[in-house]
Amino acid sequence: MDQTTINIIFVGASFALYIGIAIWARAGSTSDFYAAGRGVHPVTNGMATAADWMSAASFISMAGLIAFTGYDNSTYLMGWTGGYVLLALLLAPYLRKFGKYTVSEFIGDRFYSPTARLVAVICLIVASVTYVIGQMTGVGVAFGRFLEVSNTTGLLIGAVVVFAYAVFGGMKGVTYTQVAQYCVLIMAYTIPAIFISLQLTGNPIPALGLFGEHQASGQPLLERLDQIVTELGFSEYTAHNGDTFNMLLFTLSLMIGTAGLPHVIMRFFTVPRVADARWSAGWALVFIALLYLTAPAVGAMARLNITELFWPEGTNGQAVSVEQIAEDPAYDWMATWQQTGLLGWEDKNGDGRIQFYNDADADMQARAEAEGWNGNELTNFNRDILVLANPEIANLPGWVIGLVAAGGLAAALSTAAGLLLAISSAVSHDLVKGRFAPEISEKGELLSARIAMAVSIVVATYLGLNPPGFAAQTVALAFGLAAASIFPALMMGIFSTKINNRGAVAGMLAGLIVTLVYIFLHKGWFFIPDTNSFTDADPLLGTIKSTSFGAVGAVVNFVTAYVVSAMTKPVPQEIRELVESVRVPRGAGTAQDH
Amino acid sequence: MADKIPTDGVAYWKANVRLILISLVIWALVSFGFGILLRPALSGISVGGTDLGFWFAQQGSILVFLGLIFFYAWRMNKLDRQFGVDEE
Repeated sequence: MDQTTINIIFVGASFALYIGIAIWARAGSTSDFYAAGRGVHPVTNGMATAADWMSAASFISMAGLIAFTGYDNSTYLMGWTGGYVLLALLLAPYLRKFGKYTVSEFIGDRFYSPTARLVAVICLIVASVTYVIGQMTGVGVAFGRFLEVSNTTGLLIGAVVVFAYAVFGGMKGVTYTQVAQYCVLIMAYTIPAIFISLQLTGNPIPALGLFGEHQASGQPLLERLDQIVTELGFSEYTAHNGDTFNMLLFTLSLMIGTAGLPHVIMRFFTVPRVADARWSAGWALVFIALLYLTAPAVGAMARLNITELFWPEGTNGQAVSVEQIAEDPAYDWMATWQQTGLLGWEDKNGDGRIQFYNDADADMQARAEAEGWNGNELTNFNRDILVLANPEIANLPGWVIGLVAAGGLAAALSTAAGLLLAISSAVSHDLVKGRFAPEISEKGELLSARIAMAVSIVVATYLGLNPPGFAAQTVALAFGLAAASIFPALMMGIFSTKINNRGAVAGMLAGLIVTLVYIFLHKGWFFIPDTNSFTDADPLLGTIKSTSFGAVGAVVNFVTAYVVSAMTKPVPQEIRELVESVRVPRGAGTAQDH
Repeated sequence: MADKIPTDGVAYWKANVRLILISLVIWALVSFGFGILLRPALSGISVGGTDLGFWFAQQGSILVFLGLIFFYAWRMNKLDRQFGVDEE
């Protein structure tokens, strides 16, 4: 059986499973559609949250980000998990107690202000739409590579599947499909990692293998990796090379942004009780940690494998020959990935060998001169292919590759569905019911939620097919908006009784505007190329890159909200009582049927 | 709102905020502290070919985060019962 057939079997079987779940878990009421009837077990919700959260970026890109930078990109590991501590301690239990359906609804009620609700809805929709574009393009790429169909066909198949379970099942359908998608994606991620860890270190647990012994050399794995990458002129893998202040701020921004992303927060509305919301955040992190503890091992081991493939005699010997790349089955993956345009090499000096080294390093330039090299000959290595190509690089059996294909799609589809749900609930509940047609019946609202979902899928598919040029930049935007506007508003709404309507609106707008302006100053106004005044290499404020600015935006939001609240009318008594009631779990059951 | 605010609601909220503050100090210590700022100070302790700070940045902080969330959930659910504000 050839590889494409195996891939089709794996992907086809997983899709059949998702559709089956969709038929079983149809939504009958708005409570089903927005919050899965609030009957989801905390462990089940934890698993669904993990799938919801772990996107194409976590599954496909993160290990590559760590592999090619090393220690400095630990920021992603700490940032994207540390946010769950904030979510569990500062937001999830109280928002569950509040017992409504959307994040913006809490902001609107707590700050007794339709304007605050509208600002929150806009932030929510912009953050979710920018995020969903990346997921949809990810679906297209994964299909294109593994199933040999065009990106367009792949994306359309993906959209039809999401349509099936999201439009009919709403939160209920999405929740149970996400559970299945989590199982697929975690197997797809860990099984190849276990194989590779066994090959390199003899330890079946990748997280332990990372700190274990590299069997071929007898050295500790990380020491071996540091040695061979520095011998090729790259910076030491375990060393801290970047700016410390920016690293701190970037980590903090990712944490606050994670805690403020609406599609993650709304998952905690689905559990029956406040106590369950607390447990559920822990379970979510358990399931996320299975991938996040494995990712740094995947990154380090892949970097080691790739480097050794290019230097089969060791870094001081001869580089791999062009014939070997063409004939040796261990190098077959290179030809496959070359076709995608994500991998490229060129024998610049015509010596029949491919030298992979850092040609910007002075010592390596001296060696290149002595040996007649003409620059680094691995001309293109897109870090996103690392996880997808990893099983092929390590020569694993065909079914593992099929599983990785299904896993990458599961990661992208589950996140896309969660985001689409956040968008459609905001449109139907906050805009249609909250603003334009408050008298709408339950049936009418359910229908409008389904229509909003269908329209969102069509828009997301269109944007996935025609991604705006700035698609890659927009993840920073989504995190920036969540960190600077949504998280502070929610936190102040719960932990302070002093912040009033004007303070909240002024705070959200101030946080939003400074963050947007800072991002646009560095990435171009509305991401139009060449309209930027600064670059992230030489940022406006000290060493603060535009991707790290979310935390600063959050501080601006907090300060503005306090100052404006202190100068305007105090919070009315009934709102103080609302805050008091959100703080205690008792009565969450009655809030269920509002 | 049907629920009444218990008379010792203030004490309950104070206990909660104290617990959150302690948890967040640990949260910051393992990630921003051990994982980044204090890494040079911990460089003497070696772990599998590198130092303790690297381990905290890529593994330890995540494990501590997990412990923190479960500890908080257990402690708060107990506090809810002690103060009589749990869900019946």
